Amino acid sequence: MRLPALAAPGDDEPLIRWDWIERNLGDDIAEALEEHLVLSFTPVLLGLAVALPLGIACARWRRLYPVVLATTSVLYAVPAIALFVVLVAFTGLSYSTVIIPLALYTLSVLVPGVVDGLRSVPDHVRQSATAMGFGTLRRLLRVELPLAVPVVMAGLRVAAVSNISLVSVGSLIGIGGLGELFTDGLKRDFPTPIVVGIVLIIVLALVTDVLLLLVQRLLTPWERAGRADRAARKAREEALTTGGGER
Amino acid sequence: MNAILSALEWFARGEQWSGPDGIPSRVLEHVWYSLLGFAITLLVALPAGLVLGHLRRGRLAAITGFLVTSSANAARALPTLGLLILAVIWTSAGDLVPILIPLVVLAVPPVLVNAYAGVRQVEPGLRDAAEGMGMRGRQVLLRVELPVALPLILLGMRTAMIQIISTATIAAYVGLGGLGRYIVDGYARQDYDSMAGGAILVIALAVAVQFVFAGVFRLAVSPGVRAPRR
Amino acid sequence: MIRIVRGAALVVAAALALTACGDEGGDDNPLGGGQGGGSGTLVVGSADFPESELIGEIYAQALEAKNIKVQRKFKIGAREVYYGQVANGSIQVFPEYNGALLERVDQGNPASSTKDVDAQLRQKLPKELEILNTSAAEDKDALVVTGETARKHNLKTIEDLKPVAGDLVVGGPPEFKTRQHGIVGLEKVYGLKFKQFKSLDVAGPITVSNLSKGQIQAANLFTTDPAITKNGFVVLEDPKNVFGSQNVVPLVYKSKITPTAREALNAVSAKLTTADLLAMNGQMAEQKADPEDVAEEWLRKQGLI
Repeated sequence: MRLPALAAPGDDEPLIRWDWIERNLGDDIAEALEEHLVLSFTPVLLGLAVALPLGIACARWRRLYPVVLATTSVLYAVPAIALFVVLVAFTGLSYSTVIIPLALYTLSVLVPGVVDGLRSVPDHVRQSATAMGFGTLRRLLRVELPLAVPVVMAGLRVAAVSNISLVSVGSLIGIGGLGELFTDGLKRDFPTPIVVGIVLIIVLALVTDVLLLLVQRLLTPWERAGRADRAARKAREEALTTGGGER
Repeated sequence: MNAILSALEWFARGEQWSGPDGIPSRVLEHVWYSLLGFAITLLVALPAGLVLGHLRRGRLAAITGFLVTSSANAARALPTLGLLILAVIWTSAGDLVPILIPLVVLAVPPVLVNAYAGVRQVEPGLRDAAEGMGMRGRQVLLRVELPVALPLILLGMRTAMIQIISTATIAAYVGLGGLGRYIVDGYARQDYDSMAGGAILVIALAVAVQFVFAGVFRLAVSPGVRAPRR
Repeated sequence: MIRIVRGAALVVAAALALTACGDEGGDDNPLGGGQGGGSGTLVVGSADFPESELIGEIYAQALEAKNIKVQRKFKIGAREVYYGQVANGSIQVFPEYNGALLERVDQGNPASSTKDVDAQLRQKLPKELEILNTSAAEDKDALVVTGETARKHNLKTIEDLKPVAGDLVVGGPPEFKTRQHGIVGLEKVYGLKFKQFKSLDVAGPITVSNLSKGQIQAANLFTTDPAITKNGFVVLEDPKNVFGSQNVVPLVYKSKITPTAREALNAVSAKLTTADLLAMNGQMAEQKADPEDVAEEWLRKQGLI
């Protein structure tokens, strides 16, 4: 498929050289994409793995939550590049340098989600479960967490999309996945790799968002019913998205 | 580790505090670019968000609502560095303009979305009461909806400001001055002290912004509107 | 408000606590490091500007043509970033410029002709490292002004800058400020004191654009950069030879280089000329050709693959 080359103003350099894309799809682009996938999904998984127990603990022990919330909000407000640079002192120039700060960001979004999700479980539901003989752990796993899924997933989607975009900032210190296409494009005064990088990141974010949405649907088969529930959930999700930031 | 401690020594060095590459100069530069970007962002996003949130006519409202919230999601996915580099090699129209464009583009959505959502979530009862008192559209917006929406609006502005500070830091890669210079130049010269110093200054600036906004919140948001503490 | 203070205090406390943690390996520079290639594989590196990647690619393909396995580690950064990795053997072959390398190895060394620089390098390089044969191809740093500026102040050589330097902003990569083949040398040898130094990119589009638009009045570019003729820039002559000789030469980690590898690399150096560099840079700049393809074409033409 040959689309016409778009021209960039002030230069006869076209916006996209399709032949370059063809030639480099297999190695440079694929390599960058692979690194990007590792760097963006690992923090999400890591963040989730820590946020779940931490959120559960915060929901349980009331006094813990303000402390955790204060710490994560401060961290969340710090630009990613600054955190990457600080991490270099501890992890050198390795994948961890990017993964750890992004995991912290993910935490900041997820912990309030987990806590809110758990707290939003109506008391009567909790009591019914206990009445049916569910122990605390079983109630948590079988009733409370599943009901908290929508709110947590909303946070997860925000975190995942942010991470995918933020990874590229790491190319300033050489660990940036698709961000390498940006720095390459700059050095060669060549828009094509830059456009490819941007498009791939957007596509990746979109696909991830949709996939997580599907996962949410799978995990909550009972959510199909109830207009009132849906409205309440939407309101919670909206609150999350307006509070959640990009950088 | 010890690298952070030696970076703290970097602050103690005399020459860091004077000249165009000195700390005060770079901090001021950074603050200046950030404020400039912030002002433009507010000019673009605030009126738009407030007005759009105020309109509630059926389908138009639904469409605009969808577009506005989508813009926030879209902006979250856009890579800052990519946009900066593209803008710079595309326009090469002087230093600041190609950098301001992605800077503002990325900061508009939080302000827009929050202004929109803030106004929208005002209880209909309040609007009715205001209209009942004889207020017209614009007055309702400015004297009733805006104050009630203020917490969300301020939250959006704070998010935008952090985004701007972050973009301005990264923009050092494409030649902008400011605190990002310590990080980019430090990396090129393999001078970690400089990099860490720059990072610490950026972090301090971000925290300072939080304080400023908390202060503004205290001053501007009427006590009756403040959200109950979590 | 209290929340922020509490949060910030916690974060700072945590950070300080972590700094108290033991120091692994006593590595002074957290930016250092890298792993070497497997047995039998040669790791070829490059700096992060297109010409370096091109020459690195030429070396890599020439080696592969002799059935030597190659691992590429390109676009690492400036010499300040990669030199440590070559010195410790994580990278075994690197495309270098003899003058700049000598400056790094023995700062302030006055040798300036190709022969002298090579001789000094052979003496001063650490014993694990070695340079192979230098090629005739040269790419020097240059101080460049627009045609207009040259006419306005009647500039032909760097010396002509002395009276006006105080009004001029000079731009270049961050490392230009601290190098002998940079601001430091220009000040010492020519007595130039510029109004300001602006940190931009490595002789790339941002520097070129800043120069054309007048945001800087002098720039550090490379002599084989096609942008110079394209934009009508004037390369100021360097009679006191601050920028020295800069012949392209492979820097190698002695113990890992086999005679076959030596032969392959020397064959490349024998054929590489400055005109070749200019032509290949032009291909990459104008047609955005990839270094791998340009390298391959040149090697075929020279009968080396």
